[in-house]
Amino acid sequence: MSELMKNPMTVSRRGFLVTTSTLGAGLALGMTTRPTAASASPLDEVNAWVHIASDETVTIRIARSEMGQGTLTGLAQLVAEELDCDWNQVTYEFPTPGQNVARERVWGDFSTGGSRGLRGSHQYVREGGAAAKLMLVQAAADAWNVPASECTAAESVISHSASGRTTTYGKVAEAAASVPVPTQVTLRDPADWRVAGKPVKRLDTADKLTGKLVYGADISLPGMLCASIMDSPVMGGKLVSFDESAIRKMPGVKGAVAVVTSQGTNGVAVVADTWWQAHSALKQLPIEWDRGPNANFDDAAVTALLEDGLDADDAYVGNWGGDVQAAFGASATQVEATYKVPSQNHAPMEPMNATALFTKDRCEVWCPTQNGEAALAAASEASGLPLTQCEVYKTILGGGFGRRGAGDYVHQVVEIAKVFPGTPIKLQWSREEDQKHGFFHPTTMAKMHGSLDAEGNLTGLHMRISGQSILAGLMPHALVEGADYLQFQGVIKEGLNPSMDDHSICYDIPNILVDHAMRNPPIRPGFWRGVNVNQNTIYLECFLDEMAHAAGRDALEFRLALMKNHPKSAAVLKAAAEQGGWGSNDGKARGLAFLHSFGSYVAACAEVSVDGDGKLSMDRIVAATDCGTAVNPQQIEAQVQGSFVYGLSGALYSECTLANGEFQEDNFHTYPSMKIAAMPKVEVIVMPSGGFFGGVGEPTIGVAAPAVLNAIFAATGKRIRQLPLKDQSLRA
Amino acid sequence: MKTLNVNGQPVEVDAQDSTPLLWVLREHLGLTGTKYGCGIAQCGSCTVHLDGVAVRSCVMPLAAVSETTKVTTIEGLSEDGSHPVQQAWAELDVPQCGYCQPGMIMAVSGMLNASPDADDAQIDSQITNICRCGTFQRVREGVHLAKEVAKKSKGETA
Ligand code: FES
Ligand code: FES
Repeated sequence: MSELMKNPMTVSRRGFLVTTSTLGAGLALGMTTRPTAASASPLDEVNAWVHIASDETVTIRIARSEMGQGTLTGLAQLVAEELDCDWNQVTYEFPTPGQNVARERVWGDFSTGGSRGLRGSHQYVREGGAAAKLMLVQAAADAWNVPASECTAAESVISHSASGRTTTYGKVAEAAASVPVPTQVTLRDPADWRVAGKPVKRLDTADKLTGKLVYGADISLPGMLCASIMDSPVMGGKLVSFDESAIRKMPGVKGAVAVVTSQGTNGVAVVADTWWQAHSALKQLPIEWDRGPNANFDDAAVTALLEDGLDADDAYVGNWGGDVQAAFGASATQVEATYKVPSQNHAPMEPMNATALFTKDRCEVWCPTQNGEAALAAASEASGLPLTQCEVYKTILGGGFGRRGAGDYVHQVVEIAKVFPGTPIKLQWSREEDQKHGFFHPTTMAKMHGSLDAEGNLTGLHMRISGQSILAGLMPHALVEGADYLQFQGVIKEGLNPSMDDHSICYDIPNILVDHAMRNPPIRPGFWRGVNVNQNTIYLECFLDEMAHAAGRDALEFRLALMKNHPKSAAVLKAAAEQGGWGSNDGKARGLAFLHSFGSYVAACAEVSVDGDGKLSMDRIVAATDCGTAVNPQQIEAQVQGSFVYGLSGALYSECTLANGEFQEDNFHTYPSMKIAAMPKVEVIVMPSGGFFGGVGEPTIGVAAPAVLNAIFAATGKRIRQLPLKDQSLRA
Repeated sequence: MKTLNVNGQPVEVDAQDSTPLLWVLREHLGLTGTKYGCGIAQCGSCTVHLDGVAVRSCVMPLAAVSETTKVTTIEGLSEDGSHPVQQAWAELDVPQCGYCQPGMIMAVSGMLNASPDADDAQIDSQITNICRCGTFQRVREGVHLAKEVAKKSKGETA
């Protein structure tokens, strides 16, 4: 296939030009577009991370996916910082997963989740930028016949001060490609950063304002057909039959295809000239289902399963210290409370989609994915072709939140494309399909049991989690003797499981036991922005609030007393509380929450009011983040604000309920999401203490709900222990 | 065949009368800036202007759009991304994933067409688009900045 077709941006840009010229909008003229990305071939690059064109355009290769979180810009800043190039000349491109295979994973890991975009790759991308700079300087020095040590570089200009000569990166880039790769580079101290660490604008904004950016849903290829799919409405159900003749004559329809994949899909897709035709026909298609073993599963069964685990003997111990039973026995006061969090769907704004072109010896896929390499593997598995005969072209994602780490939709589109060899097929899920076939935020309950001594000190805490394990559902090989350590995110002591140290509990509780009774309903679990900190932080932080209240102590002072050995934790909590007006006598209701996760320390102080009808207004939130090193403060602010919208949408409105094995909330009218009127004002404190790289996309989502729930208690005296909040009365 | 007026130009469309305007724009005219988010008028991703008024095109059948109705999509809001709302959005780096933003920008510009001085209460009641990334705080700042930009450019041309 031609070079043009391999690059969706190019194809679509052409398509766009044709379209707009037909419509006479003339948008393409006079518009500030970023220079066209070069191809990620090794031939004309300085190194894998950097390509510099003779017109001085610096193309930085971004291996991770961009789904709104700003990683693309942050990574480019880190490379540019060490490269010392002119930031105004920087653009980006996504190397393909196939190229990564061919080049022995020169770009490392493509997967983008767990707030790892920057914190998991800052070291090697900076080294890539630094190495490229050394090579460019060496090339100039060679041309001038002077030692490289006499040359300096800044803003894409190389100078030799002794002779007064200068040249530019663009002029020496070609020669630099053949300079030996430096074996050692020195990285700049973040204290001296000039581009990184600064609130520079995102690189990907312009095309998002004009409709020009091509998302996966917008891919258009010559001769392409479109597909709409319906998978078995019940998890584990099967397609029995469908009557294609009923839709055969509908406009544009090319056929109906049974789609069965190794990922559990067992459904049918209709293929037509346009998606609207395909979808309209799918709705008319008579389908017979075998609803399978879960046909009668409903929410009551989920609850019964979870409740069974609250006192069961079979529990994995994740965190322990001292002797909780002895602490309870010797206590002056004991408190017990049970909490529950439902299944929730990711619902990114762009419903799942992917486009595939299959021929007998090649399979190509265009798709928004958080894991390009997994998408490539999915294309290979589904097509039966080796990795080297497959390729994936990533688009910018219309939201991910963890949902697009999965390759289910890639498997599906390849299965459909196999029926139409040589014809590109775009599979677009309806919102309804997206709601019913998610990888759901796991549903769990927690029974909290705490004790106080006569002075009101927290002496013991038993946290029994009961419910669904993500790893058991998605990656059972990652379980350790059956236990899912990720389940203990945010509530596990440092050192007990080193892989969890970025999510350690920062309260020293003398006697503690956190255990998990695994109870897995027949619901597909997934990584949902924040993962297990969402529920764990609600359980822990709301219960600490209950304990402080029982002790008659101030909730801030109560927490700080447990944080004496955790200065970073105490610092963010104090910062949020102080700016949030904690302790002031202004009659406002406030709540606090703290969390250490994804390597960062975060805290929130929420201010709410509840009117006489029980209507909640979230008036203000102050959120503090110590992410160690701040690569782009204005994007951290955006991520923190967004995390409150996502987290509070979940806490306030989101639940996916089952009736007869089928999810009931199938679109935004029954699965509401926060709108502008409900969003609290979020003040963001970014307070990097240096020395580490913590994540920013996810940590603050953990404190969103508990801070608000604790503030609701302050306002009403009512404890909300079951989410979502939507139908519960807040009248005291 | 039906003639529509899209972004100031007459265009011929060969689609069934029941086809929602959203899909006519996306699939028949290649104007993919207008997005599909829900299909049931809940999210606002598909917002376009009909004679300057913001509407949700996913529930607007082609039959309901007359030949003389001026349809404006994100691609036609300005020639070069210079509409005051687009300028404000660029200045504040409003988009995160950006998928909802064409609809958001069309909703906001539609509101400002009718109420150039829209205040926070109007924003709350009229901007009901869903943004899963949660850009609302910058959207709100963006509306206020866009009002300023619009006034300034008016002052300059007056
Ligand atoms: S797609 Fe039209 S309102 Fe959601
Ligand atoms: S910017 Fe992503 S949904 Fe609004």
